[in-house]
Amino acid sequence: MIERANLEIFAETLLELAKKDKNIIVVTSDSRGSGKLTNFGKELPEQIIEVGIAEQNLVGICAGLSAVGKKVFGVSPSSFLTARSLEQIKNDIAYSNHPVTLVGISAGVSYGQLGSTHHSIHDIAVLRAINNIDIIIPADNFETREAIKSAVNYKRPLFIRFGKKPMMNLHTSNHNFKIGHGIKLKSGNDLVIVSTGETVNRAFKACEILEKLNINCTLISMHTIKPFDEDILLNSLPKAKGVLTIEEHSVSGGLGEKCASILSQKNIHLPFKIIGFPDEYMVNGSQNDVLDYYNMSPEKISEIAQKMIK
Amino acid sequence: MNTKELQLKSIDYRKTILEIIYNGGAGHTAGSLSCIDILNVLYNKILKINPENFDDYNRNHYIQSKGHSVEALYTVLCDINFFSKEDLLSLNKFKSHFIGHPTKKVPGIEHNTGALGHGLSVAAGMAIGFKLDKINHNVYTLLGDGELSEGSVWEALLSANKYGLDNLVVIIDRNKLQITGKTEDVNPIEPLMDKFNSFGLSTREVDGNSVQELNEILSSTPFEKNKVSLIIANTVKGKGISFMENEVVWHHKVPSEEQYNLAQKELEKLKININND
Repeated sequence: MIERANLEIFAETLLELAKKDKNIIVVTSDSRGSGKLTNFGKELPEQIIEVGIAEQNLVGICAGLSAVGKKVFGVSPSSFLTARSLEQIKNDIAYSNHPVTLVGISAGVSYGQLGSTHHSIHDIAVLRAINNIDIIIPADNFETREAIKSAVNYKRPLFIRFGKKPMMNLHTSNHNFKIGHGIKLKSGNDLVIVSTGETVNRAFKACEILEKLNINCTLISMHTIKPFDEDILLNSLPKAKGVLTIEEHSVSGGLGEKCASILSQKNIHLPFKIIGFPDEYMVNGSQNDVLDYYNMSPEKISEIAQKMIK
Repeated sequence: MNTKELQLKSIDYRKTILEIIYNGGAGHTAGSLSCIDILNVLYNKILKINPENFDDYNRNHYIQSKGHSVEALYTVLCDINFFSKEDLLSLNKFKSHFIGHPTKKVPGIEHNTGALGHGLSVAAGMAIGFKLDKINHNVYTLLGDGELSEGSVWEALLSANKYGLDNLVVIIDRNKLQITGKTEDVNPIEPLMDKFNSFGLSTREVDGNSVQELNEILSSTPFEKNKVSLIIANTVKGKGISFMENEVVWHHKVPSEEQYNLAQKELEKLKININND
């Protein structure tokens, strides 16, 4: 069933929570429209701070608000938030240890034809290398809602990354969301597929194609990149014939390289493949076109998976 | 504490700054000497921050955006009993918390700074937070003049003005030098007052090495309702030591034994002069 955009769920959940807690403050950089926060601004004008197109200032102000007891959500396009303001994230949030939640909206290649200035395919890598900030990338509406609820009273600096396309719900009522613990969406012995964020949807559809061919995969939604759930990955491996990772991010420094690093340091040698964006002048197109071009269509994922286990 | 006591304290602070830099083998000597009178007046007359109230954020705050002059800050925090002189003398030693830029590992430090152009946004965020809660405390921040080349400073001023932060006091340590040379040669910032005024701030200019002038001006904030108070504190880099004053080389230079002894003697002499006044 196709649900709504994670971004809408984020904005709606935050508004619900903020109505009950006036210490929740949202800071935007001319980004309330793109962050689906127009309604928040209308209903709780006292709880939204607008700094204009000034992402460095946004992050600094978030740190200051947090220092005087506010529960702060800084919302800005992920591309600008995590590149232009990286030094503010490093020093004013992470190093200074303010439990601010930074929300990178329209991440990955969500902005499609707007091009590389607006794409954010570096954010996981750069923030993985910053000490003392955690990273969450929800896959669907359920993970989004739970992530925001968990973020409000989270005691550490946090980055949450969203795309903006409607997402199919992947979870049953049995699933539990806990920061730092991946969720196993499917269990199978042929291949372990690990993905994060919106590409989990594509991986899920790929698994369904594979199931028709009698190939059964374990699919992990690794919604938390930091701290990383090594156990869920390692516990899935014993019977697997390989590991495939899929992310809407550069192949450098993202989910795939994190998994590879864990496996190689544990001396686990299995067929291994990372699907992500290569280091090249990227093709232009809609988010869908770009993801398909770089092997992230369900069909292409299933083809790659089949080759891996042959 | 009267003016004379403050003046004597400034000299003692200068002696300590030189001592810890000489002992630690590194430090931002001249910039610490230019801003120490400002910190003296802030911590001894204005801020009312002490080890007892520090953990409660409902109080005044001070963010040192020009983090490199940390030796001045450590010296004052030591004097108001945040830590011992022994701790202070561990500056730059292996595993010491007392490093070359402010870190919250050191008691009394509010925010980690060192990369320039960060402090003003953080201070503005705190001031906005107090406004939202209608809490009547001020936030003070000290910026260097070389730091004003950072674009984020001006982003922060736009927001501070927008939110009418009359609980925010911005002090510029205008010592007119930076590591390469004169600010006006490296990247001219004058006419500085015109720039600040055009941003809608309420501005004043003082002799930033006069504790009396500093006390008067810092006691009279906000200068105007709903406006940020900004003070250009005209200072002398290396202030108090004849051979360091206005000499660009002392930005991050450690005195030799001979220079150190000479500097301490000059400060002793200044102390005697003030005592005889």
